[in-house]
Amino acid sequence: MGENQEKNEPIILCKDVHKWFDDFHALRGISMEVQLREVVVIFGPSGSGKSTFIRTLNRLEEHQRGQIIVDGIELSHDVRNIERIRMETGMVFQQFNLFPHLSVLQNITLAPIWVRKWTKDQAEEVAMQLLERVGIPEQARKFPGQLSGGQQQRVAIARALAMQPKIMLFDEPTSALDPEMIKEVLDVMIELARSGMTMLVVTHEMGFARGVADRMYFFDEGLIVESGSPDDIFNNPREDRTKLFLSQILHH
Amino acid sequence: MSDASEILAPPSPPGFYEWLRKNLFSNWFNALLTIFSLVFLYLALVNVIRWMFFTADWRPVTGSPLLFLIGQYPRDQLWRPGLSLLICALLIGMSWGVWERYVKAFAIFLGILLGVLALIPLETPTITLVVRAVFLVCPFLIFGGFWVGRRSGVQGRHVTTLWLIAAIFILLVLLPGLSSIPALPVVPTTAWGGLLVTLLLAIGGIVLSFPIGVLLALGRRSSLPVVKLFSILFIEVVRGVPLVTILFMFSIILTLFMPAESRIDRILRALMAMVFFSAAYTAENVRGGLQAIPEGQVEAAKALGLSGLQITSFIVLPQALRLVIPNIVGQFISLFKDTTLVIIVGINDLLGIGNAVLNLQPDFVRLQMEVYLFITAIFWVFSYFMSYASLELEKALGVGER
Ligand SMILES: Nc1ncnc2c1ncn2[C@@H]1O[C@H](COP(=O)(O)OP(=O)(O)O)[C@@H](O)[C@H]1O
Ligand SMILES: [Mg+2]
Repeated sequence: MGENQEKNEPIILCKDVHKWFDDFHALRGISMEVQLREVVVIFGPSGSGKSTFIRTLNRLEEHQRGQIIVDGIELSHDVRNIERIRMETGMVFQQFNLFPHLSVLQNITLAPIWVRKWTKDQAEEVAMQLLERVGIPEQARKFPGQLSGGQQQRVAIARALAMQPKIMLFDEPTSALDPEMIKEVLDVMIELARSGMTMLVVTHEMGFARGVADRMYFFDEGLIVESGSPDDIFNNPREDRTKLFLSQILHH
Repeated sequence: MSDASEILAPPSPPGFYEWLRKNLFSNWFNALLTIFSLVFLYLALVNVIRWMFFTADWRPVTGSPLLFLIGQYPRDQLWRPGLSLLICALLIGMSWGVWERYVKAFAIFLGILLGVLALIPLETPTITLVVRAVFLVCPFLIFGGFWVGRRSGVQGRHVTTLWLIAAIFILLVLLPGLSSIPALPVVPTTAWGGLLVTLLLAIGGIVLSFPIGVLLALGRRSSLPVVKLFSILFIEVVRGVPLVTILFMFSIILTLFMPAESRIDRILRALMAMVFFSAAYTAENVRGGLQAIPEGQVEAAKALGLSGLQITSFIVLPQALRLVIPNIVGQFISLFKDTTLVIIVGINDLLGIGNAVLNLQPDFVRLQMEVYLFITAIFWVFSYFMSYASLELEKALGVGER
């Protein structure tokens, strides 16, 4: 399915996605297309629905109207579809969400062994390669609680990559980190973007956006206010709200 | 340079006198307290020892030790509880080999105790030479089991499986007997008693109520309304009723509605009551642990594509159970002590035997102190080793915690 994709068929297609929390209209019609190997940055004020949106893509939140198609599979109540999409998408959270009772290696190999049905040896080999890639192979036998925040987030990235996803979702991956650890995580993400991974990244790291993003989306109040290339967004933002927000986060 | 290193050197540990002065005699009031306590402790100890060895009359205990161990189990069938004891000794030894830090203390204690029982020069007609021989073999079996359990090929799950097989064999075949096997005449459980019954109820109650309690706790959070409702009803009804009432219900009311030939065994009914009772409390304990697991854990597992069952068994339950181990062990110790309540439905557990022994001879009636102290000691020893294992488990699981 994904392999025979035509050049312009998007790997993620969202049409008029709506989401309510009780009466609260959190997503008010989001439409977005993401091509294979594209890096998309989503930014906007707190509470604007960025997390909610990115979480509808792997069904951590259920959308109530509109259409979401990931890698040719439409997200619906069909559990098999949800399973398949979750196998194709990795997610990295603001709070890392590593499993504290499992070692770093076990954190990474759990899903490959039980979902992809790899052997333990196979999974551990891949895990070690990934730890190498994120720069902490020496931490394999430790537990998450023994690592720094930056190291934990890099393990979380390795854990998501171990499932060999086609798409990686990042929800503010550096917001919970001390400033001196942000760079080590961003470096891993930049390397990943350059390697051709399709990425959706919620972040306010504008250096990262300028460096690797293909498109940027500005969210406010559950809507996409403006989108464009980093060049458009930083140099000629059309909307006043975008200008105001950018001036607030860039001048700090 | 040398100055700095002198300053950085750690302070040397205080000497003995320094420690004494600091902790026990830091001012005149503390010094007074220390002296008073020492005098009090000395007097108490001297009197207790004097009472134990010179005043106390231990005949109710020493006269019929087998009664305390197995109740009225027919004396011509003694080889059956004897063989059970030997099997258990071997498995306790293997458990020591496999789960060293939890079982070691208990295994060594039991080995020494049985060795002493075998050799103690007491004039008790019921303790025959054969019985002494069985006791004497136990320490060797424990040590042999330890030696086997330590070999690298033997793992926890092997020993667990052996325990299961042994429990089924002992409790369903060896002790009750089968009418189809002439060598194993049926021994009705009305004849069972003493420590045998107490341990049967306690261990059976713990082992059976734990998985049921975990399932109830999960059921209470289930998205299936029927499962959820059933779990809530079960937990809340059972927790709202005293154990004594549940025991009565199972022992008396249950038999009223059942035809005589399909009646469930009396000890089994008591066991079911204990399991019901304990499962409800286990469920509530486990639920507390489940609630403490952050939603992010489940989300991360979902995002990796793990199924609901996998998330529960690999992510949520292991973390939740670790949090509630101290509570659950505490609850199991309570359950162990609560087994004494089965007296009221006519089962002769350890305490029941104690009461019965007091009525054995007219002059025993005034020896309550001796009998109850003896029973207290037995309960205390088991409870102590349970707490001990739980503390070790907490320490072991603390590794790698946030
Ligand atoms: N589970 C929830 N229940 C109710 N309201 C929610 C829930 N999750 C998010 N919201 C609300 O939806 C809005 C968007 O939230 P979110 O997507 O987390 O914003 P962002 O990630 O852009 O800061 C916020 O107003 C938030 O309060
Ligand atoms: Mg957010």
